[in-house]
Amino acid sequence: MTPIFAHINRQILDTPNPAPYAKGAKRGVDEEVVRRISADKKEPKWMLEHRLESLEIFQEKEIPKWGADLSSLDLDDIIYYARPFDYAQGDTPDDWAKVPEDIRKVYDRLGIPEAERKVLAGVGAQYESEVIYHKLKEEWESLGVIFLDMDDAVRKHPALVREYFMKCVPSSDHKFTALHGAVWSGGTFLYVPKDVKVRDPLQAYFRMNAKNMGQFEHTLIVADEGADVHYIEGCSAPQYGSQALHAGCVEIFVKPGAKARYSSVENWSRDTYNLNTKRAIVSKDGTIEWVGGNMGSGCTMLYPCSVLAGDGARCDHLAISFANKGQWQDTGVKVLHLAPNTSSKVVSKSISKNGGTAVYRGMLKVASHAHGCTANVQCDALLLDGESRTDTIPDIQIRNDDVTIAHEASVGKLSEEDVFYLTSRGIPKEEALAMIVNGFIEPIIRNLPLEYAVEMNRLIELEMEGSVG
Amino acid sequence: MVEPLLLIKNLHVAIEGKEIVHGIDLVIGAGELHVVMGPNGSGKSTLVHTLMGHPRSAVTGGSVLFRGQDLLAMSPDARARGGLFLAFQYPRELAGVPLRSFLYAAYKQHTTARNMRPRSLLSFQSLLAEEAERLHFPSALLDRPVHVGLSGGERKKCEILQLRVLRPALALLDETDSGLDIDALRVVAEGVQQLRDASFSVLLVTHYARMLQYLRPDHVHVMIGGKIVESGGPDLAQQLEKEGYEKWTRVT
Repeated sequence: MTPIFAHINRQILDTPNPAPYAKGAKRGVDEEVVRRISADKKEPKWMLEHRLESLEIFQEKEIPKWGADLSSLDLDDIIYYARPFDYAQGDTPDDWAKVPEDIRKVYDRLGIPEAERKVLAGVGAQYESEVIYHKLKEEWESLGVIFLDMDDAVRKHPALVREYFMKCVPSSDHKFTALHGAVWSGGTFLYVPKDVKVRDPLQAYFRMNAKNMGQFEHTLIVADEGADVHYIEGCSAPQYGSQALHAGCVEIFVKPGAKARYSSVENWSRDTYNLNTKRAIVSKDGTIEWVGGNMGSGCTMLYPCSVLAGDGARCDHLAISFANKGQWQDTGVKVLHLAPNTSSKVVSKSISKNGGTAVYRGMLKVASHAHGCTANVQCDALLLDGESRTDTIPDIQIRNDDVTIAHEASVGKLSEEDVFYLTSRGIPKEEALAMIVNGFIEPIIRNLPLEYAVEMNRLIELEMEGSVG
Repeated sequence: MVEPLLLIKNLHVAIEGKEIVHGIDLVIGAGELHVVMGPNGSGKSTLVHTLMGHPRSAVTGGSVLFRGQDLLAMSPDARARGGLFLAFQYPRELAGVPLRSFLYAAYKQHTTARNMRPRSLLSFQSLLAEEAERLHFPSALLDRPVHVGLSGGERKKCEILQLRVLRPALALLDETDSGLDIDALRVVAEGVQQLRDASFSVLLVTHYARMLQYLRPDHVHVMIGGKIVESGGPDLAQQLEKEGYEKWTRVT
């Protein structure tokens, strides 16, 4: 019984498929691209209008300058939309046998169909701009759970989508949400009806393949009153040595008494600018749990946000980021306590290696009427060598005095004595370093389902390769 | 002539530029138990750390052969796989690294190096449970991170537990008796003594002779100021216990 993701290696992650569809593909974004996307998808008029409005906002907004260095990002040299092949509209396969073989093999190697058979309630798989496979097990479909590729959802459930789409993360938020609003394609729509508790997790896997691709999938999750659901995202891309862009958007609506857990293992390539926006709005007595790992991308700006809007709402954020050579991981957590008796907990762990930079940029706000709130933030950084870097930049604004707030931050260096101890037992140094790093993030990993904990540990081991010069 | 297990010739060691060990000669044969006794700061601990390959111990002169090989040219992990083991005086706390999986990883390294088939995880678990019981080491601690939250005595037991699982050819015991109450001292010392046979040797460095009532030493050495100043049989330890190190400290 080998764990599903234990075999993941560099070759699997980094080897691209041929991408004939990208040859001569249009680069840059303008009204023509946006109209073409909408026409391809046979979208209702409101969605086209939404896209065009978003494009206008995108063109007006400046690139943010307060975080990671985005000055080398050339937005005119990105392919914003590419369809690897044409499915008939509304017909995303729910059978892997209908997926073209070369693409199916990519997901086979990544272990997705196997995970689907063994541990998941449903799976979606996106390749470039297109969702190429989507299936929910019958058991959940019969209970009214909707799990669709986002493009299908717009066509099949227009009213439901329109009620929520970009209402949690509006296009006007910043330049890249505006871009997302204009060119979004694919992603996941997940609706869990009242009181339905989905026992097994659902997963979507996003793969960028061609050089200079942009991926802009939209994930919209609605957990209705008393519902319970766990959704997992995985991402990867091969490495070309030339820029790629990921500007996805995740919106989660947690209704009264519901609970949603969102886990993600983002492992883009060094080429990738990962400028992703994720946010949840949590109603009365609802709970959102975030578990996230960020690796791979050369530059990340990602700050999952919980808006605790209803009395007694809760959020729990667990985050790991790994900054290796040449990487800037600018991540953090935002929590807005907008109602009384809400509580939040944040644990963030970062690892910097080989000159990599990890920044924790957190925000914690408690509104003046939000009495009786509890907030707990802990961020730990581990530096593996003297050339790597970490910064902690917390922004805390508390507008009333009837709250309990704790903020702890620590920076640790890799201990030579710990390494000596492990190697003195016969464990090679590189493996010893991986053990220490995996030990450091263990409090987070143990919250992932076993298979995904194995995957995360494996990805960390890959980052640790070549640590011993 | 039978080649000795460990052959140290004129070993000099410096830490941060300051020489601590000033030319040590020591020969340990297969199956022998040697004790190096000396007061604090005599360089005993530095000696065993150097043999294990501690990165801060800079060898400034001399040579060490272990099983006929140049020990000083090997990395710490290669030394361990070659049959060397150091029981630390202050074992490290390793947050988030469970003892059981850590020790299984180490065990597999050892069996692979010896061209042996490792036990399955299940079979390894029972070996571990058996050894833990022998040392009165609470089995609940096997699933905890290595040494985290353990008492001084439990840590020393944990070191000997590892020793018994990994079965080295030469165990370096650094003040293994310190911080142990009488019962724990007996359990730990017997845990080592039971392993003694022609393929297992021990180098114990310590302050006190109290562990020697369970471990019958073949050779006792007195180390003062970074040098071995006298060597003898078990009687020497008894003499030290009675008279202390004053005789030599006055001279140096």
